[in-house]
Amino acid sequence: MTEAAEAEARIKSFTMNFGPQHPAAHGVLRLVLEMDGEVVDRADPHIGLLHRGTEKLIEYKTYLQAVPYFDRLDYVSPMGMEHSYALAVERLLGIEPPPRAKYIRVLYAEITRILNHLLNICAFGLDVGALTPFLWGFEEREKLMEFYERVCGARMHAAYFRPGGVHQDLPAGLADDILAWCDGFPRVLDAIEVLLTENRIFKQRTVDIGRVGAEDAVDWGLTGPMLRASGVAWDLRKAQPYDAYEAMDFDIPIGKNGDCWDRYLVRLEEMRQSLRIMRQALAQMPGGPVKVNDRKVAPPPRGEMKSSMEALIHHFKLYTEGYHVPAGETYAVTEAPKGELGVYLVSDGTNRPYRCKIRCPDFAFLQSIDFVGRGHMLADIVAIIGSMDIVFGSIDR
Amino acid sequence: MGQTLKELGDHVAASLPQHVLGAAIIHDQLVVSAKREAIVPVLTFLRDDPRCLFKLLSDLCGVDYPDRPERFEIVYNLLSLKLNQRIRVKVTTDEEHSVPSVTAVYRAAGWFERETWDLFGVYFADHPDLRRLLTDYGFEGHPLRKDFPLTGYVEVRYDEDQKRVVYEPVRLTQEFRSFDFLSPWEGMNQVLPGDEKAKAGEGGK
Repeated sequence: MTEAAEAEARIKSFTMNFGPQHPAAHGVLRLVLEMDGEVVDRADPHIGLLHRGTEKLIEYKTYLQAVPYFDRLDYVSPMGMEHSYALAVERLLGIEPPPRAKYIRVLYAEITRILNHLLNICAFGLDVGALTPFLWGFEEREKLMEFYERVCGARMHAAYFRPGGVHQDLPAGLADDILAWCDGFPRVLDAIEVLLTENRIFKQRTVDIGRVGAEDAVDWGLTGPMLRASGVAWDLRKAQPYDAYEAMDFDIPIGKNGDCWDRYLVRLEEMRQSLRIMRQALAQMPGGPVKVNDRKVAPPPRGEMKSSMEALIHHFKLYTEGYHVPAGETYAVTEAPKGELGVYLVSDGTNRPYRCKIRCPDFAFLQSIDFVGRGHMLADIVAIIGSMDIVFGSIDR
Repeated sequence: MGQTLKELGDHVAASLPQHVLGAAIIHDQLVVSAKREAIVPVLTFLRDDPRCLFKLLSDLCGVDYPDRPERFEIVYNLLSLKLNQRIRVKVTTDEEHSVPSVTAVYRAAGWFERETWDLFGVYFADHPDLRRLLTDYGFEGHPLRKDFPLTGYVEVRYDEDQKRVVYEPVRLTQEFRSFDFLSPWEGMNQVLPGDEKAKAGEGGK
C-alpha cells in the first residue's frame, strides 16, 4: 500500500449527526457520533433542545403550583415524578399523609411503572424492528390512562400526588375495575413476551449489546432497571421504603450481564411485580381521608365551603398565597420507573421554593452512552438508546 | 438511624479535620460542609472509607444565595448502596473562584458539573469537557442565578424574510407579574383601573 493510500485509510473516521429529528432518538436527542466505518468511536449527546427552565419556573410558583411542572418532566410516568416532590414538601412541612393516601399513592405509582415500562419495552421492540408489541402495549396503556383520568380527570398530566396526600379519593367502582384489569394484563404480557423474549432477531439485536458491569454502573450513577440489570439488587422501595411500600411483598428482579436484553427482562419482570403490589395495595387499602386534616396545607371539602366562612377563607388563602414552608432543605428520593428520582428542595420560609433541583435518572443514563456505546455499531446505538429508557422531558427539564 | 448518622458525621469530621468545616443533621439527613479546595480528597475519602462507601454520586447541583460573601453553594448528594446511607456535602464558591472537578472521583459528575457551569456560571477546574449543556448554542448568561430574570433577555422566532431563526430582545405583551404575598398589608400603590378620575378630579376642581 502506498503512503498516500495508508494516510487516506487512517483518516477515514468521520462525524455523523444522529437526530434530533430521528424516530429512534426517542424525542429530541442530537447525538454527534464519531465513526470509524460503522463503529462508534465517540458519542457526544447534545441535549437541551427541550429545556424549558422548569427549575427556574418553580422558583416563581407556590409549592402547590409547582406540582404540574413535575408531570411534564417525564411525561410517560407523570405520577412517578410528582411523588418525590410531594415527599420533599411533606418532609419540610413536617406532615405525614393519612394511610389511605399512602396506599393510593403506591397503587398509582405502580400503575405508572407499568405505564412507563410498557412504553419502553414496546418502543424498544419497535426500534429493533418489532411493530406488533407496540400496538398491543398501547392498547393496555390506554386502559391505564383511563384509570388516571377517572381518578384525577387527566389522562397524562395528573397533578394528583400533592403535598399532604392525594387530590381526590378513588371514585366508586374504580378499585374493582383496576383489579379486573390486573387479572387480564398478564395475558398481554405473555403475548408480548412470546413475540420478543426468545425471538431470534430480537436477541441478535440485544444480547451482549451495551454491557455495563456493576461497578461501572454505580460509578456512572445509573439507577433503577439499568443498575438492576447489571446485577445490583438495589431498589429504593425496599432499601429506603416510603409511603406504604414497607407493607408490600414483592421481589426485585436483577439481571446477570447488564446488556440490553437483561434490561428488557428486568423491566418485564418488574411489571409483573408491580401487578403484585397493586393487588396488595387494593386488598389492604384502609378507609379514611386522603389528605391531611390540616386546613393550612390541604383545602377543605367543597361542601364545607358552602356553609363555613372559615373554610372559604382557607380555600382562598391556599389557592392564592399557598402555604409557607419552614426554612430548611431536604433531598427526597423515590424509585421512579426509570430509577432514582431525587428532588433537592431548599426552602427559605416563604410560600415559594427557593431552589428545587430535580435529579432525573435518565440524565445519568444518557451521560453514560459514550461509555456504553463506544465500540458498538451504529445500529447498536439505537438498541442501547431504546434499552436505556430515556425521555427528554426529564433530561432537559 | 439518627444516632448512626451522627456517629458517621463525627467519623467524617474526625478523619478529615483539616478539610471538613462541620457536620449537621438536617431533617434526618447528614450534611457535611467542606473546604472548596479539598472537595476531591473529601469525596475520595467518602467513596473509599469502609464506614462510608458512598460509591454513587446521586446528584450535584448549585444553589445561589446572592447576599452571601461566597454566593454559590455546590451540593453533592452521595449514596452508599452497601451501607444504605446518604450524605450531602457542600462547598461554597463565587464567580471568581473555581471548584476542583470531581470527575476523577465519580465519572457521573461530568454532566452534572457541566449543567452547574451552564446554569450558575461556576467554573470547575480540571473538568475534561466543560461546555454548556442545557441552554442554547451561543447562549449568554447563567439562567439559574437569582439575578437572571425569569423571562430571559432574548427570544427566538423564525424570520420568513431572512429564512432563518433570529434572536431578538424579549418583548412581553403583558408585564411580568410576580406577586409578593409576604407583605399582604402594604396595600396597593397603583391607580385602580377606571379610577383615574379620583386624582385628576382633585387637581382639576
